[in-house]
Amino acid sequence: MIGSAVPRKEDAALLTGRGTFVDDIHRPGLLHMVYVHSGEAHALITQIDTEAARALPGVVGVWTARDFAELPARPSVPGLERGYLAGDKVHYVGEPVAVVVATDRYLAADAARAVRVEYEPLPVMATVADALAPDAVPIFAPLESNLALEQQVTPHDVADELDASPHRLRARLVNQRCAGAPLEPYGVLADWTGAGPTIWATVQAPHRVRAEIAERFGLARHLVRVIAPDVGGAFGVKSSFMPELFLAPELSRRLGRPVKFVETRGEHMVHTYHGRDQIQEVEVGFDDEGTILALDVTLTVNTGGVPDPVGIALATLTSYMLGGCYRIPKIAARFRSVVTNTTPTASYRGAGRPEASFLIERVVDLVARRLGKDPADVRRVNLVQPGEMPYQTPFEGIVYDEADYPAALDLLLDRLDYAGLREEQERRRADPGAKLLGVGLSTFVEMGGFGPTPLFEQFGYIGGWESANVRLQPDGSAIILVGTAPHGQGHQTALAQIAADELGVPFEAISVLYGDTAVVQEGIGTMGSRGMPVAGNAVRQAAADVAAKARLIAAHMLEAEGDDLVRVEAGFQVKGVPTAEVSLAAVAERSFKPHLLPAGTGLGLECTSYYEPSNLSYPSGAHGCVVEIDRETGHVHVLRYVCVDDCGTVINPMTARGQIHGGVAQGIAQALYEKVSFDADGRPLNASLEDYMLPGMLDLPGYETHHIETKSSFNPLGAKGLGEAGATAAPQAVVNAIVDALAHLGVRDVEMPCTPERVWKAMHHAS
Amino acid sequence: MIPAGFSYVRAGSVQEALAELSRHGGAARLLAGGHSLLPAMKLRRAEPGVLVDIGRLRELSYVRLDGDQVAVGALTSHRTLERDPVVAEQVPLLAAAARRIGDPQVRNRGTIGGSLAHADPAADLAAAVLALDGVLVAHGPSGVREIPAGEFFTGPRQSALAADELLTEIRLPAAAGLAHAFEKFSRRALDWAVVGVAVQSRPGGRTAVALIGMGPTPLRAVAVEEALAAGTPAAEARSLAARGCEPPDNAVASSSYRAHLAEVLVGRALAL
Ligand SMILES: Cc1cc2nc3c(=O)[nH]c(=O)nc-3n(C[C@H](O)[C@H](O)[C@H](O)COP(=O)(O)OP(=O)(O)OC[C@H]3O[C@@H](n4cnc5c(N)ncnc54)[C@H](O)[C@@H]3O)c2cc1C
Repeated sequence: MIGSAVPRKEDAALLTGRGTFVDDIHRPGLLHMVYVHSGEAHALITQIDTEAARALPGVVGVWTARDFAELPARPSVPGLERGYLAGDKVHYVGEPVAVVVATDRYLAADAARAVRVEYEPLPVMATVADALAPDAVPIFAPLESNLALEQQVTPHDVADELDASPHRLRARLVNQRCAGAPLEPYGVLADWTGAGPTIWATVQAPHRVRAEIAERFGLARHLVRVIAPDVGGAFGVKSSFMPELFLAPELSRRLGRPVKFVETRGEHMVHTYHGRDQIQEVEVGFDDEGTILALDVTLTVNTGGVPDPVGIALATLTSYMLGGCYRIPKIAARFRSVVTNTTPTASYRGAGRPEASFLIERVVDLVARRLGKDPADVRRVNLVQPGEMPYQTPFEGIVYDEADYPAALDLLLDRLDYAGLREEQERRRADPGAKLLGVGLSTFVEMGGFGPTPLFEQFGYIGGWESANVRLQPDGSAIILVGTAPHGQGHQTALAQIAADELGVPFEAISVLYGDTAVVQEGIGTMGSRGMPVAGNAVRQAAADVAAKARLIAAHMLEAEGDDLVRVEAGFQVKGVPTAEVSLAAVAERSFKPHLLPAGTGLGLECTSYYEPSNLSYPSGAHGCVVEIDRETGHVHVLRYVCVDDCGTVINPMTARGQIHGGVAQGIAQALYEKVSFDADGRPLNASLEDYMLPGMLDLPGYETHHIETKSSFNPLGAKGLGEAGATAAPQAVVNAIVDALAHLGVRDVEMPCTPERVWKAMHHAS
Repeated sequence: MIPAGFSYVRAGSVQEALAELSRHGGAARLLAGGHSLLPAMKLRRAEPGVLVDIGRLRELSYVRLDGDQVAVGALTSHRTLERDPVVAEQVPLLAAAARRIGDPQVRNRGTIGGSLAHADPAADLAAAVLALDGVLVAHGPSGVREIPAGEFFTGPRQSALAADELLTEIRLPAAAGLAHAFEKFSRRALDWAVVGVAVQSRPGGRTAVALIGMGPTPLRAVAVEEALAAGTPAAEARSLAARGCEPPDNAVASSSYRAHLAEVLVGRALAL
C-alpha cells in the first residue's frame, strides 16, 4: 500500500459535514466563556468595573486576573512567567483582561462589552525599532529592557573570512508577520466531573496539554482527559498554550458545569499567536564563480507583548538552517528576540525554518545578480552533492540526511523549460505592450521529523519519539492507536497504508484512532513534519511485531516452522503447499484461545511501540515560480508554480501532494498577500478577513508537482516529512521571480507581501 | 463576530416596511440581501435595534423596459443583473459591473438597492448607475421622490436617503448599442475594488466616466468627461482621471497609487 494514492479515510465524514469539531460538542448545562480583550496596546489597568456585566441576564460571573492568582503560571520562559489575564497592565491589543461566563454565547458576548476597563495609557512601541530605542520603557515587567533574549548561536565570527572574500554584499530582508488563520479557530470545552476534568480542545499535542493541565491543578495525569476531536487546521498556532486551555477547566471546576470557549474569527486575528516577524541583516562573502565563502547573519525577532517560550527561541532553528542546501564553510549567526506591543508570536507552519530558507535563497539570487550570473548556475556551484551525504553543516548536531539536491534542481529546470522561459522573458522585455515575465527558483531544505528526545525536550515535550499501538481484532481487522494528533494531515489514511503492508491486513480493515489521552498510550503530537518519519516508523515497528507473532501462531496452526511460511493474500501458507493455508482472521481468533496456543504464548495480537528517531530529517526539493507583472499596475500574476519535492519515501502521493499544495498556497500567500499590520498606536489594521488578505482559489495557480524519492537512512521507513516543505520553499520562489522580472530595471528586492503597490513603486523608483 | 441584540420583523409589503421604519424611528434598519448589513453587525459597526426584513418582497425584484428607460426593482439580485436579457441589451454596463461583485454567493444574495443604499465608496454598481445617469426612486412617509444618482451619494456609507425611506426602483436611460466598459482593480480576484471605472457612451457622442475607490463617495471624473467632450484624445484625457479627487490613503492603497490606478483604468476603459 505504501506509495499508492488511496482516497483518504477521513474525507467521507468531513466532506459531508459529519465531522466533530469542538464547537459541535454539547454537554448538558453547558456554559459559554467569552473574553474581554484589551483595546489598548500598552496601558496600566486602573480599574475594571464588572457590575453592569454581572447584572445582565444569563451572566454567571465575571473574573479578572486576581481571581486566578492561585493558579500557577502558564507554561512560560523561566523567569518570564505569564498569567492568564492581564493584571496591572496590558501589553497588546487583544490581550485577555477578563472572562465572562453566561448561559448563552451571545449573552456572554454582550456582557463582555459591558465590562468597563479603565486604562492609563503608556507609550506604545509597536515595532522592534521603537522597542529598542534608547528611551524605550520596558514592556514586560520581569524584563529590564525590551530585549528579551540575545543569543550568539555560533561562538565565532566570520570577519576574517568576509575580509578574505573576493566579493561581499549586504542585505536587509524582512520576513513579515503572518496569521495562521485555520478554518477552525481555537476552541476549548472543559467539563470537570468528579475527580478531574475532561477537556476537548483544538490542540496538536493532547498528552502535553494533559501534563500541563494536571500540573497546574495538582492532579495525577490519569484524572485529566484531553481530547482533540476533529481539528480544522492548526499550522502550529494551536500548539501555543493559550489561557483558555486552563481557564475553561478552572471555571468548570468552580461552577460545577461544563464551560466552552470558541474563538471568533476577529478574535483569532488578535488573540491567537502569530508567526514569522523577523528582520534579517546579512553579509555574504563569495568568489567570482558565486561560491559562497562566508555568511554573517543577525536576526531580530518580534516576540510580541508577552514572550512565548517557543516563540522567544524560534530563531535558533532559523540559525541552524541558514546554510540551506549549500556548502557554506563558515556561518556566524546571532539573534535578538524583542518585546513589542503586539500580539505574541510563536510557531507557524515551518516555525523558524522558512525564515532561513527565505534568507539564503534571496541571498543566492542577490549574489547571482551581483556577478551577472544565472541564479541556477550560482545554485549549482554551491549545492551539497549527493556523495557528501550525510552532510555535517557548520552547526553541531545538524546533519543532513540523503538527498540529491542537484538532481532536484535539474528536474525543476527541465520541467520549467527554463531556457525557453529565459527567451520568452527577453522577448517580452523588448515588447512594451507585453507583461514582464520573471522566473524564481528556490532550492530548499528544511527540518522535519522532530525529535529526537534531547532536542524536543528543549521545547518542553517529554520526548521526541512517537508511539503506536497495533491491535488485531478477533476477525483479523486492526485498530491502531497513535500518539500524534493530526489536524488535516490524513494520518488515518497514511498510517493505515504503512500498517497494511506490515500486517497483511487490507487497508479497509484498519482504523487509526488518536487524540484522546484516556484511550491512546503516551504520545507526543503533530508538529514539525514528524508524522511519517516518527509516527510512521512507530506504526511500522508495532505492526511488524504483531505480524511476527501472528506468524508464530499460524505456524502452530499449520504444524510448521515460522520460517517455512509465506505470506499470501488471505494469510499464511506453508511454502510450496497451497492446501496448507490459514487466514489472518483465523490466526487472530486463535490468538484469543489460550488452550489452542503454543505453550508460553501470551493472549492476543497486540503491540505498543515507541519509536525514537536517531536524528531530525531534512526534507528538500526545488521549487520554481513563473510570474507575469502588469507594467502599469504592478499586479503580479503567478502563471506557473512547479514543485520538485523530496520527502523521502512517499506513503500516499495524493495526500503528499495535498500537503505540498497547501504549504505552497500559504507560501504564495506570504509572498503576495498576507501581513498582520499595526498602526503606530499598536492597533491592528487588519483584524478581520475583510482586511487580512487570505488569497482565494482564483488567486492561486495550478500546481505542477514532481517527486524525487531519496530515502533517508535515518529511519527505517526512509521518510522525511513534508507538512512544512511547501510553506518553506514558496515565498522566496515567488519573490525571486518578481525581482527577476524587474531586474533589468535595477530592482534588487521587493519586501513581502509584494502587493501591486509595492511592486509598482519598486518599478517606478528603479526606472 | 457576534452582533448586539436586535429584534426582527418581516415586512409583507412596502407599506408595512415603511410603517415599521416610522414606528421605530432611527433604531430600525431595512434588511435586504444582508451582505453588507449583517457583516457590519457582526463586526459591531452597526447595532440596529430592529431589523425590518424586506428580503421577501418579490414585487421589488424585476427588470422592465419602460419606454426609453430601464426600471430595475431595488430587490433585484446582482446575479439577476448579470443574466437578465433586458439588462444585457439595454444597460449592459450594469451587467458588467454586477459580474465583478464578490463571489457567486454574494451575487445571489446581494441586491442593487442594498448596494446603493449602503453607499460604499467602492461599490461596483454605484459606478455603473452613476455613469448611466440613473435615478433612484425612494418611498417615504410623505410619498415618493426621485433622486438623481449624482446627488445620491453624500459621504462614505452615507446617502441622501432618510432613515424612514425605502428605495424601490432604479431607473436607467436605455443605452442599447452604445459603447461601455467596466474596469476594476482589486487586490484579490474576488474582492472589493481598490479603484474601479465605469464608462458609458451617450447618444450624441458624450461619454460618462464614473470612479469608485477614489474619494468619500463614488464620483464622476468630470475633468476627463470635459476633456473628451472638448475633443481631447482618450490617451491624453486619462491623465486627468484623478483631478479633483481626494482618494483615500489607507492600508489597502495609498492615495498616490490610487490616483495612478485611476489613470491606468480610465485609459483602459476608454480604449474599449
Ligand atoms: C464577501 C463579500 C464580498 C463583497 N464584494 C463586493 C464587491 O466586490 N463589490 C461590491 O460592490 N460589493 C461587494 N459586496 C457587498 C454586496 O454587494 C452587498 O450585497 C451589497 O453591498 C448590499 O446589498 P444587500 O442587499 O446585501 O444589502 P443589506 O446588507 O441587506 O443592506 C445594506 C444597507 O442598505 C440598506 N438597504 C437595503 N435595501 C434597501 C432598500 N431597498 N431601501 C433602502 N435601504 C436599503 C440596509 O438597511 C443597509 O443599511 C460584498 C459583500 C460580501 C459579504
